[in-house]
Order: sequence, then C-alpha cells, then structure tokens
Amino acid sequence: MENLFELFIAASLINNFVFTRYLGLCIFFGVTKKMETAIGMSVTFTAVMVISAALSWVIYKAIMIPLNLTFLKIVIFIGIVAGFVQAADTIMRKVSPGLYYKLGIYLALITTNCIILAVPLINAGEGYSFIQSLSFGLGSGVGFALALIIMASIRERLELADIPRSFQGLPIAFIVTGLIALAFLGFSGLITL
Amino acid sequence: MFELQKIVLDIFEIVQGTSAFHYLIPKIGVGGAVEVTGPVDFKALITFTFIFLAGLGAIFGIGLAFAAQRFAVKVDPKVEMVRNVLPGANCGACGFAGCQSYAEAVATNPDVPPNLCAPGKAAVAEAVARITGKVASAQEPNFARIMCQGGSSKSVKRFKYEGVQDCRAAVLAGGGDKACIYGCLGYGTCAKVCPFGAIKMNEDHLPVVDITKCTGCRKCEQACPKKVIEVLPASRQVLVACHSRDKGVDTKKNCSVGCIACGKCVKICPFEAPSISNNLSRIDINKCKVCGLCVSPCPTGAIVDFIPMRSKAFVMDNCIGCQICSKVCPVNAASGEPKKKHTIDQQRCIGCGICTAKCPVQAIDGTFNAREVFEAAAAKKAARAVA
Repeated sequence: MENLFELFIAASLINNFVFTRYLGLCIFFGVTKKMETAIGMSVTFTAVMVISAALSWVIYKAIMIPLNLTFLKIVIFIGIVAGFVQAADTIMRKVSPGLYYKLGIYLALITTNCIILAVPLINAGEGYSFIQSLSFGLGSGVGFALALIIMASIRERLELADIPRSFQGLPIAFIVTGLIALAFLGFSGLITL
Repeated sequence: MFELQKIVLDIFEIVQGTSAFHYLIPKIGVGGAVEVTGPVDFKALITFTFIFLAGLGAIFGIGLAFAAQRFAVKVDPKVEMVRNVLPGANCGACGFAGCQSYAEAVATNPDVPPNLCAPGKAAVAEAVARITGKVASAQEPNFARIMCQGGSSKSVKRFKYEGVQDCRAAVLAGGGDKACIYGCLGYGTCAKVCPFGAIKMNEDHLPVVDITKCTGCRKCEQACPKKVIEVLPASRQVLVACHSRDKGVDTKKNCSVGCIACGKCVKICPFEAPSISNNLSRIDINKCKVCGLCVSPCPTGAIVDFIPMRSKAFVMDNCIGCQICSKVCPVNAASGEPKKKHTIDQQRCIGCGICTAKCPVQAIDGTFNAREVFEAAAAKKAARAVA
C-alpha cells in the first residue's frame, strides 16, 4: 500500500488493532470502565504511538539494517518505547503539571500495551518509508481511540442494566467486544488493491 | 538433524576462536516470508550487537538522567506526607478536586484550614494540622438526610416505568413515575454514587442513610435529580421529611406521609421554629431545640425525629426548687414544692430536654442534651472565673 490515506484507513478501520488483530486487550478492558479514563488513555496513546513509530523507524533504518542486527527488533523497540515514555513522563511533569495529573498512571501503562510493539514491528517487516510509518502509527492510534470510546460508552450503560451475576464485569465486556468485532468485519474489502 | 549437527560444530569452532563461520541465518519477516541473505560474519555480528545495545542503553540512560535533572520538579515533602494521611476517596467534600489537590493546597497555602476533610474527621484533621503546623478546630459533622418518606407502600405512582433503573434516567420520563413530583423516585442513584457505602435502599424503595458511615461529602445531594437529599449538621435531628409544595388535599392523594401544611407543628412548638410557606412546613434549624414535641401532633407523620431513643429526665440533689422546670415542661411531668427538690414523672416525661436546658443550676440530667448543657455551663463558669 503506497497511499498514505489508505494506510491510515487500513490501520484504523479495516485492520483495527483491537477488533481485528486482538491486540492491546488488557488496557482496552481496564480503561473502558469510565469515559474520561478512556479518552485520556486514547489521547496519550496516539501521541506516544506516533513518536515511537518515528523513533523506531529511524533507529531501524539507520543502525539495525546496515549492521544486520534486525533480530534485535523486539528488544530494541520495547526499549525505545520505555525510554521515551519515561522521558515524556519527566518532561511533562515539569512543563504541564495539569496534563500530567490528568493522565496520571496511563502514561506509564502505555509501555505495557501490545500495540505499541506491534506497530514498529509491522513497519519494519513491511519496509514502510518514514511517512508511511507515521501514517500507520497515527491510524493505529485513531483506531485504538475509536475502540476505547465505543467500548466505554457501552460499558457505562451496561452498569445500569440487569445483567446475570455470572456475566457481570469482564464476561459481558468480552461478549460485547466480540459483537463489535463482528461489526467491524464489515469494513473488510473497503479498500481493494 | 543435519542442521542441528552443523550448528553444534560451528559453535564449537567459534568457541575455539577459529576461522569465519559459514552458517546461513534465515531472516523471517513479518507476514511469514523467509529470506536468506549471504553468509554472516558471526564475530562481527556479536560485536556490533553488544556495541549497539550498550550504546543505546547508555544514550537512553544519560538522556533520562539529564531530563530528570533539567526537568526536576521541587516537590514539597509535606505534600507527600499529607497525601498519605488523607483517606484517598477523592470525594471532593473539602472543596478541592481530589485528595492530591487538597494535600498540595494545605501544604503550600497558609490560608487553607487543615480540617476540611469531612470523611477523615478529627483524626485526619489532627494529623494534617501536625504535619503542616496549622491549628485544627473541631468541625461539627454533617449528615445526609432524606427529605422524603414516601416509599412504594405509602405513595402512589402515576405510570409504570420500564427503563434504565436509575433515578437520573427515570426523571427524564416526564419527571419520574411518582405521583408526587417532589418525592424520591427510589431507583437508588444516591446509593450508587455514595463513595462510602453509607446509603442502602430498603424494601420500600426508600434510601436509608447509615450515619456511622456518612461523611457529609455531598455526592448524593448533587446526584439526586429530585433534590430530596439535604446535608445538614448532625445536631439537626428533628426535620420535616417532605418537600411537597402541593396543596394539602393533593399531597394526601399522592402520599400518606406527606406534609399537608396543617400548622399543628407551628402551634405546638415552644421555640417558634416551624413555619409554613408554599404548603410546606419548614423547621428553622437555628431556632429548633430538637425537643421533638412536634413529632406526635403531626397528623401524617411527616416530621421525623432522628434521635433513636430519648432518655427521660431526672432531678439531681442540687435542685434549688425554683419551679422553672415545671413551668417550661410541655407535658406537665415536672412538679414540686417551692424551695424543695422537684421530681419528674417518668411516665409523662417525653425526653424533650427543655427542662435540662432551662434549669439555672443544671440540676436535671438524663436527656439527650444533658452533656452539651453541662459543658456549656462549665465553659461559661470558667470564662466568668477568668474575667
């Protein structure tokens, strides 16, 4: 896929990381209990995703490929994300304390998200250019945000519904996610090559 | 097997430090494609790996250390200490946006009092005062009171509501399914939002506040869409538990325990605390002495006395026989000869506490307000002794 817009749509809708690739599920379920936490997490995640994708691409193309160290992909990409998140945490604490307290724990939690590793790995494997990697990262962030917001709005209303005792909490959330994933299947074939 | 054998032999070679090694490492890309490039120089590979990993680690380490220093935020250690003492419920009763904000405010701002934490009560106020070096004064606790007694057995419903079982949702359906538009809908929103679990719904679909758990944080007051919850000082224990401004006739049709503004409470009160306006009796909390006289004359039982059991009064030996108690007693329970010790008829006494408060030498004990009256008199005596 050459077109940037197609990449964006693919990452956010057609191959949505949560509903089609089943990644990032623990954070997905943990954060969608309330709408405000879901929004906080999605904004942070998109920002971190784009910058991590850029950093990972630079290090991969500039150092790892020439030196034939591509087998270190997983370790290095996680290291880059962890380092960046820690730096962002420290800098944000000083520069905008309001935002820092709003995000709270979520900034640190992003390091444990599967998607944050998946996107650089896919970028490396498919051999995207810099702009394509950015577009893919942005698409994944937007797709994750969409997934979180849809799920949070459903789960807030689920609190008030009369659910059988054995289904309350995580079981019904999984079932609902499955239903949404079924719905997202409708996007497949949106872009034909 | 052949591959495995080759690997083992080659590792052996490396360990012996012999010549370059010709093992072809297949590269597996994402998506499953397997590409095999030319032979790999293993020694160089390992060297570069170590250099790269060490270099990246060093860059990140130095970068983060530099960032930590350059962007260091000076945090007052007191803030952390205060934060650890606070309950952490983030209820907002202090007026700040959560425990962290209050901790920062009270530690850095000299004007913020240390006793604002309602759930923490005296213990937390003392601890915060100790840490910040401020003076803590005792604050009277506030409790949430439900100003409606119209449970499902006592009140009438206008229509059958089948929707989300939440008062905030039910109120959207034309003001709720209760005939009385001022009453509690009974779907339990207050119980859901209470961060301390102090509100439970009883079988009559009416909320019951557990005052041992209630901290007066006002979350229920804000959440109730009918505004039937009032957070009042703990000592306000006699209240008209009804907000109905409908005419008495209509109120009676809708609910058997609503206030019909008959005025009996106004007539009987010796302190002129209740007053009728807009077809509703309201007790002025500044005038009310919590004697409980208005509770029994109320024809619908709209007035609630939250004192669980009123103990009866008795006269002690320091009585001077001034007869003030027999004059103020509303049920004629106190009696006695002038200048002789009086007695209180235990059958007649209702424990209203008026005689305890009016006795000039504090010779009457036993009622709920006895301790307060004695403490106030002792304080007055101490003040007079100093002057």
